[in-house]
Amino acid sequence: MKTKEFLAGVKDTLPIMVGVFPFGLAYGIVAQSIGLTSGETLLMSLLVFAGAAQFISLPMFAEGAGMAMIALTALLINLRHLLMGMSLAPYMNGLSMPQKAFLSFGMVDESYAVTISRVQAIGYSAAYQLGSNMICYVTWVVSTIGGILLGSRISNPLSWGLDFAMPATFLALLIPRLTDKRNLMVCLIAAGVSIVAAVTIPGKWYIIIACLTAAVAGGILEGAENDEN
Amino acid sequence: MMRTEVVITIVVMAVATFFTRFTSQAILGGAGISPRLKRFLKYVPTAILTALIAPTLFAPHGYIEISTGNSYLIAGTIAVLLAYFRQPPLVTMGGGMAAMLALRSFGF
Repeated sequence: MKTKEFLAGVKDTLPIMVGVFPFGLAYGIVAQSIGLTSGETLLMSLLVFAGAAQFISLPMFAEGAGMAMIALTALLINLRHLLMGMSLAPYMNGLSMPQKAFLSFGMVDESYAVTISRVQAIGYSAAYQLGSNMICYVTWVVSTIGGILLGSRISNPLSWGLDFAMPATFLALLIPRLTDKRNLMVCLIAAGVSIVAAVTIPGKWYIIIACLTAAVAGGILEGAENDEN
Repeated sequence: MMRTEVVITIVVMAVATFFTRFTSQAILGGAGISPRLKRFLKYVPTAILTALIAPTLFAPHGYIEISTGNSYLIAGTIAVLLAYFRQPPLVTMGGGMAAMLALRSFGF
């Protein structure tokens, strides 16, 4: 039974990895080009396991930015995980602290989106989440190694249009969620706020600002409708 | 070959990242969650996925571009349509990426 759920997590996550692989490749290639060694490049994927934060750290390493600056930027970019963790927390109550910690380590955007969709459709399963996390981790590490091996032999795959892989992945995860009026409203609000915030506020604050605003609006809309009924 | 200073920076990044992933679990653990918070959390997935990509599609170069010259918006629209007509994720992603490659090769 557990194995079956684990495999279901693997199976539901696998197609999405098409969008992750080019990013791991690109990360490996770019990290080498700015002067990180193969060992350092791989170590970051093994320990940090966060695409956006890793990418953004590269120019900072290249410019010789300080450790505090690089770590703070990683913290800021990853703040959205706090909200993702919060939305999964109620379902993970029955797990032990080490289990929670282990599953939290593997919670990336893709594994989170797949896992929470399953929670909302059928229910929570730790084995399912583990399967989803594992595929994301293996894909990230293998594609990083691929990028290291390719090194300067090919140009950065993101420059040939593969930078669209991430938006395409998230659209494939997002659109099926928009089946009711409230989710559609939340999506429109998040889009409006994130676009305006992204062009006006420096850094990556727009992610957390738009997410908070839109999710609060969704909660208020639902609360108001429940009161009417 | 690894330089100590770089390794320490990577470890600190890893700790910062893990902190963001685990804190909510550690804090919210046993405590009950109010219905109001629950309603809010229900919309977090949609809000996050949207916030992560909307600026890339509508303002890929740091300013808002709603025009046929914006290849991200065109490829995005194709991916949205594919997903809307219930195509599997692979088709949505493949279609969007193929559209992007085609647009790039035509010099968009």
